[in-house]
Amino acid sequence: MTANGPQTVASSESSGSATDAAMTDDAPLGSPRVDDAVIESRDLDVYYGDDQALHGINMDIPERKVTALIGPSGCGKSTFLRSINRMNDLIDIARVDGDLYFHGKDVYDDDVDPVALRRKIGMVFQKPNPFPKSIFDNVAYGLRVQGKDDGDVEKKVRTALERAALLDEVEDQLDSSGLDLSGGQQQRLCIARAIAPDPEVILMDEPASALDPVATSKIEDLVEELAEEYTVVIVTHNMQQAARISDKTAVFLTGGHLVEFDDTGKIFENPESDRVEDYITGKFG
Amino acid sequence: MSSEPLDLSRESNDVGNTVDKAAKWIFFSCALVTVLTTVAIILVLVDGAIDFFSEVSLVEYLTGTEWNPRDSADPSFGVLPLVWGTMVITVGSALIAIPVGTLTAIYLSEYADERIRSALKPTLEVLAGIPTIVYGFFALSFITPIIQLFYPDVGVFNALSGAIVVGIMIIPMVSSISEDAMSSVPDSLRNAAYGLGATKFEVSTQVVLPASLSGILAAYILAISRAIGETMAVTLAVGMLPQITMSPFAEMQTMTAYMVEIGTGDASVGSIGYMSLFALGLTLFLMTFTMNLGSMWIRSRYREEYQ
Ligand SMILES: Nc1ncnc2c1ncn2[C@@H]1O[C@H](COP(=O)(O)OP(=O)(O)O)[C@@H](O)[C@H]1O
Ligand SMILES: [Mg+2]
Repeated sequence: MTANGPQTVASSESSGSATDAAMTDDAPLGSPRVDDAVIESRDLDVYYGDDQALHGINMDIPERKVTALIGPSGCGKSTFLRSINRMNDLIDIARVDGDLYFHGKDVYDDDVDPVALRRKIGMVFQKPNPFPKSIFDNVAYGLRVQGKDDGDVEKKVRTALERAALLDEVEDQLDSSGLDLSGGQQQRLCIARAIAPDPEVILMDEPASALDPVATSKIEDLVEELAEEYTVVIVTHNMQQAARISDKTAVFLTGGHLVEFDDTGKIFENPESDRVEDYITGKFG
Repeated sequence: MSSEPLDLSRESNDVGNTVDKAAKWIFFSCALVTVLTTVAIILVLVDGAIDFFSEVSLVEYLTGTEWNPRDSADPSFGVLPLVWGTMVITVGSALIAIPVGTLTAIYLSEYADERIRSALKPTLEVLAGIPTIVYGFFALSFITPIIQLFYPDVGVFNALSGAIVVGIMIIPMVSSISEDAMSSVPDSLRNAAYGLGATKFEVSTQVVLPASLSGILAAYILAISRAIGETMAVTLAVGMLPQITMSPFAEMQTMTAYMVEIGTGDASVGSIGYMSLFALGLTLFLMTFTMNLGSMWIRSRYREEYQ
């Protein structure tokens, strides 16, 4: 059931699955529902202490597509990303209300183990953060932690590096420290590390913001390739980047509101919201 | 725009330059006092030790198994019983302080929430500030009686009680330096591991511990060298009987405890007993100095680089 335009159906609490849970008044403009949703956010509020960082976020994230989250700094993009794999649990003062479904299961249910969730939903951070270990051990770390190091670890490591478009550059130095690589290489190492244990979803928080243009374009190419096998959610403050690489775009605006969600082409060519249009055309933000 | 002509000459800033020069000399003098004191201490130790070794052979000192300088008829100067006493206390206390201190550090750095941490850290610092003689009393009046509950034959002075109390004494040193090292591991590394589905235990042991290993090892070494040099608590708890024995319940004597005994006793200046103080002092100095060098080496050798 694809819906165009804002949904006005009243919320129903009837079942644990989001498939038939309806959007509420907070539904953004555009088409926040998708057919092949892997992740469904329903009335998601996030607070840091007394400050509310996200207000009733309602959107779906489609399988094996690139979904971009854009918006001005401080509007809650990282917060939303972290609420998908429950990294917000690690922030003492963070509190989440509402539901976030992964394959129809609310990840904030009491019986969900965030550790198990994070094994399905990998993450790449804004600043490259390789461990002070060898390149090999960096990529193998997730395999070891997740008990997936029984088979041919070396092969899995090489495959991950290959997919992250880094193998050619580091083939002869797998034993040297990950910290010796350049920033762009480090970020691709972190991507290899995230995909080695074969998660379903990869969350990326401005993965290219600390990189030079050449390294950035390598990461962008990589993101598009990754979407053939993984569901990718990427935060970026770079609108051209979102336009280039994403299938769906969610526009967050100041105060932690999701204003519009739609196909990327639609958002950039003909957004419904005037504020989004202003933002996209650089009139503010 | 300034209307005055541009003047960049030294003379134009006379006051500032004078203050700068004076400050430099004051700082330098303070540094010099510290260095000179250290040098003077070493010279005094070496000078006294030379006198001592002109009467006692180095071989007897280093290999003799009996220490009895005050038997005027047949004095013996084997340092090994005193070294043994020191080693038993040091190893015993390290066996207590290293695990407890490290686990405390992990708890404080990785597990405790802000409220608990802000209560526990000052408590540990208080523990570190208690005069060591108080620890000695604590050993005599509390630890030894508890040991005696289980082993009624144990005497008032025994090595076990001393090792336990020194262990407790150096826990804050191990835990606070280790905790500093662990806290300086950037959160980005923890997040990387959590993001891969690591548990808190895995993050602590596989990411934080290795990344802060150099600081933790340095903490161990500093704590151990503190145990080697510890004096008042062991003088009270361990006793004054230099002997080599495997029994942790036996009375022993450490190098430092002997120095207290002779230094506060009746040994006259210039006597061989008095001179032995310098030999022991130099030996202790060399032991702790080596430990501190080792700690510095580890820090520089294994210093992790983060961006
Ligand atoms: N760890 C935190 N503690 C308290 N407030 C936070 C924390 N992280 C983010 N915030 C606040 O939440 C809001 C959204 O931040 P964030 O999600 O980082 O925005 P974005 O990624 O879009 O720049 C901001 O007002 C920010 O100050
Ligand atoms: Mg952000």
